[in-house]
Amino acid sequence: MSSTAPEGDTVWTEHVSLIDRIPRSVAMVGLLVAVVALWQFVHSFGIVSPIILPSPGETWADIQLVARNLLSGGYMLKALWITTQEVLLGFLFAMAIGFSLGILVGETAFGERAVLPYLVAIDTMPKVAFAPLFLAWLGFGIASKVALAAFIATFPIVVGTAAGLHAHDENARMLFKTMGASRWQTLFKMKLPTGLPHIFTGLKIAAVGVMAGAITAEFLGGGKGFGELIRVAASQLQTPRVFSLILYLSLLGFTLFWVVVLVERRLVFWHRSTISETAGLA
Amino acid sequence: MASPTGPTGTPPTGRDARPVYELRGVSKTYGQGRIEALKPVDVTLTEGSFSSVIGPSGCGKSTLLKIMAGVVPPTSGRVVLDGTPVTGPRRDIGMMFQQATLFPWRTTIENIVLPIEIRDGRAAARAAHADAREILELVGLKGFETVYSHQLSGGMAQRAAICRMLITRPQVLLLDEPFSALDEISRDFMNLELQRICMSRSATALLITHSISEAVFLSDRVHVMSSRPGSIIAEIDIDLPRPRTTDMMVSPAFGAYVQQIRSLLDKGAFQ
Repeated sequence: MSSTAPEGDTVWTEHVSLIDRIPRSVAMVGLLVAVVALWQFVHSFGIVSPIILPSPGETWADIQLVARNLLSGGYMLKALWITTQEVLLGFLFAMAIGFSLGILVGETAFGERAVLPYLVAIDTMPKVAFAPLFLAWLGFGIASKVALAAFIATFPIVVGTAAGLHAHDENARMLFKTMGASRWQTLFKMKLPTGLPHIFTGLKIAAVGVMAGAITAEFLGGGKGFGELIRVAASQLQTPRVFSLILYLSLLGFTLFWVVVLVERRLVFWHRSTISETAGLA
Repeated sequence: MASPTGPTGTPPTGRDARPVYELRGVSKTYGQGRIEALKPVDVTLTEGSFSSVIGPSGCGKSTLLKIMAGVVPPTSGRVVLDGTPVTGPRRDIGMMFQQATLFPWRTTIENIVLPIEIRDGRAAARAAHADAREILELVGLKGFETVYSHQLSGGMAQRAAICRMLITRPQVLLLDEPFSALDEISRDFMNLELQRICMSRSATALLITHSISEAVFLSDRVHVMSSRPGSIIAEIDIDLPRPRTTDMMVSPAFGAYVQQIRSLLDKGAFQ
């Protein structure tokens, strides 16, 4: 802790460890390189069978191959489009049902007393277990996948909306009362905007869940989506293909998640969770 | 029960003026009459006067204010503002809270015209922008119209809340510990500002507070309350010249009022 300060001065400097001084970009790239190096090492020395773990090179080659298929509009792009439709439709249904139920539960005594206990009960069930039911009811087409995706994504939105509707403080409620605001005005001009941070937390969880729902339903119920491609590749022990398909699938999930985040930043620019980005615009 | 105990006996400013807000025998009980929050009280606010209610926590002063704001119905008694009974929230009642309660997704001016937007719609709210700018200037917030409220300091936010209270041109201002969340320096300053604003608009106001010196400083008349059940145990007319200054707060007369109210509150606490 000593320093080269002039004699007589006591200079006390904060010690920052070496690992905390690495710039973010270097740290991220460095970690990736290290993991790939370890992966190559494990492969080269035959520690794990190549069927279980292909080499980084093989995987990279397959990633490029899938990219070419996707860009040329091949069968993989059609599969990706089907999965995209399932995810988007599932998310839209989840939002419609989630907001409605969330407002019912968060805004009415009936919802809180009668509906909420059932929602909690269903929420504690493993929702993936409902997949066979959806397949039996809706068939092996896109509908059953949308249903499971929406089913999984609905609950975080309900919880987020209901919690958001309780996020305001007593003063805000009193203020709206003294202004003679109607129930709808109070809901749309105060409760919902105040609750937006909670609602977006729910939407972000839902955006992740809706992907899991669509892919799970495809694994179990076939169809023509990306999940089916993964299942087939895995059953044929084409492990590099599985890896590259998962990578592109994650891009879909990532895009959906970021659309939600961007909308959040636009709408909830005033909240502390998003304030650091917008502070520069002020 | 209400005994005017002003030491000089002279009516304070505005005493002879027209009564604007009258409460007669107003009481409130909760839980099918089991919990008596407020014993029957009489309160009269005369035009252009500043009154305050002081009392310990749980003495029913918030209940009294909610009744006066038309948010909570009284169990008994008459509540009359400007000749018509108060049966619900009214635009001629302006209210302000301990927290500024500005909405961070609205700019300062959008927050201020919110009461107009709620009552008359968006078009009327836009038309009220000119009015809002005028009031902003009155409270010293000129130039902050388009600033989002999360960027305002505590004192500035309370100034904006004053503007929002004034935008509907209310007959009476109800102030629920408006500056108690501010630090003491800003608080004294805001009290001076409040006096200036009330005097410039000859506003009729009722302040609820925990602070004896704040009550004495701002008021023409102080209502002292005791708790369990809440009742007004004394009304004290503060006969100090206006405008009041912070120098007056160390004058003997000011100290005598503070002492008198303190001893009443102490007595009330041990009843």
